[in-house]
Amino acid sequence: MIKERFDAIVVGAGPSGNAAAYTMAKEGLKVLQLERGEYPGSKNVQGAILYANALEKIIPDFREDAPLERHIIEQRLWTMDDASHVGMHYRSEDFNEEKPNRYTIIRAQFDKWFSRKVREAGVTLLCETTVTQLLRDTNGKIIGVRTDRGGGTAFADVVILGEGVNGLVGQRSGLRPELNPDSVALAVKEMHFLPREVIESRFNLKGNEGVVIEAMGTITAGMTGTGFLYTNQESISVGIGCIVSDFADNGTSPYALLEALKNHPSIKPLLANSECKEYAAHLIPEGGYYSIPELYGDGWLVVGDAGQFVNAVHREGSNLAMTTGRIAGETVVWLKRRRDEMSKANLAEYKRRLDETFVMKDLRKYKKIPDFLHGNKQVFGLYPKLFTDAAQTWFRVDGTDKRTKENEIFKSFRKGRTLPGLIGDAFKLARAWR
Amino acid sequence: MMAMAEMGAPAIKVEEKLFQNRYQVDAGRPHIKIRPHETPSKALLSLTYTCPAGCYSLNDKGQVEITADGCVECGTCRIVTAKTREIEWNYPRGGFGVLYKFG
Repeated sequence: MIKERFDAIVVGAGPSGNAAAYTMAKEGLKVLQLERGEYPGSKNVQGAILYANALEKIIPDFREDAPLERHIIEQRLWTMDDASHVGMHYRSEDFNEEKPNRYTIIRAQFDKWFSRKVREAGVTLLCETTVTQLLRDTNGKIIGVRTDRGGGTAFADVVILGEGVNGLVGQRSGLRPELNPDSVALAVKEMHFLPREVIESRFNLKGNEGVVIEAMGTITAGMTGTGFLYTNQESISVGIGCIVSDFADNGTSPYALLEALKNHPSIKPLLANSECKEYAAHLIPEGGYYSIPELYGDGWLVVGDAGQFVNAVHREGSNLAMTTGRIAGETVVWLKRRRDEMSKANLAEYKRRLDETFVMKDLRKYKKIPDFLHGNKQVFGLYPKLFTDAAQTWFRVDGTDKRTKENEIFKSFRKGRTLPGLIGDAFKLARAWR
Repeated sequence: MMAMAEMGAPAIKVEEKLFQNRYQVDAGRPHIKIRPHETPSKALLSLTYTCPAGCYSLNDKGQVEITADGCVECGTCRIVTAKTREIEWNYPRGGFGVLYKFG
């Protein structure tokens, strides 16, 4: 048992837990942080893209020493069939700015750096320590945690749960329901190493410029999901993820899907001669607004993936994690200064503050999208095929006149989805997007 | 639905992928256990292909078995069988399990 009493205990040393712990310690609170991995980042997986804005609000000068890979100057969005892709690319010199907007990162390295900042701010971090139970007083208020370090306990005014998507503690304590396999994605990813000049020539880059590719289409074999490829300094992160219940129904293994993506003619040359040094898998909470559990209660708050804070449409998660962590930390500091209790009524301030940020505004905006994407598999199979076929018809010069080509394209869409189907899909998407 | 073979993917052994990873195996203390069963449910059976680390396999009696050494702790098996309660899932003890170098 740790005799000392803390102002706050943070469970987890990922982006959300680190943001919360740092914010509180900077303001003089006594914070204990518990991490089950051997080092922060050892259990964490992300693509990964770092969104500067969310981190700037916590550590404004992070660019000075954070392990950043490449700043992103080009975004490619692809719809793919088995032999082709149709892409929308946006590349801009404007992204070569003094303070770039997005970076690729390697999470294990980034998390170690963030954790060092957290400890420098005064947080007591215990690694290799799994929280096994939340401790309550007779009124049910959470007052501390039990760990697997000899069954040791620690006590605090408030416990902030940044335990990740597969967070057992909050779930088994009844703070939130079990994850629904329909609204959680399973993503697998590999790290492929190449000399930096090879990456730069393959992707038309100089210096630390980077490219990201987000892809959908027949690569997910009819399931709701997406693939990605991100350029790091001397490696490429390549991965693919689909909804868990789709994997179970489809009979496809995630690693076979990843293998097929790597062997796709549009991807294979980008990875040629690379050396794979790691294979990772992780869940992503993609249920959006309607999946957000209770976020606060007597003596506790939940942040990051554990609170389902992921914007699946824009592939954003780490920025929501850092922002929810920061706001949870700020709320606790504010209550502490006012000498207010960490009661459910007072901690409701956390939710009120979150409602005013992009986090809740974006999740609310897209609240109907997860259901739309899960219930409309044509978005992932049929439409990409129709788009790539249309592109081939359009660009192949074969003596057919252009009006006949146009008619062929329209006919393929009507045949593939019927006119009412096309109109219905457009209507459903517009309504869900609004 | 397209089968993987049609997509031109070569047969892949997940063991070769896991070989790249670092683990601290907690010998003799598996963090996932399958409850004894005669016939696996559809959910439990699906783990033989949904598990990204290929930890689950069928034995010759048609029961599902697990070797958790290569587990990457994603939690897929836990949520897939949450309703049927056929597996018991805990985190490995602090410090044990997968150790991502890159994540």
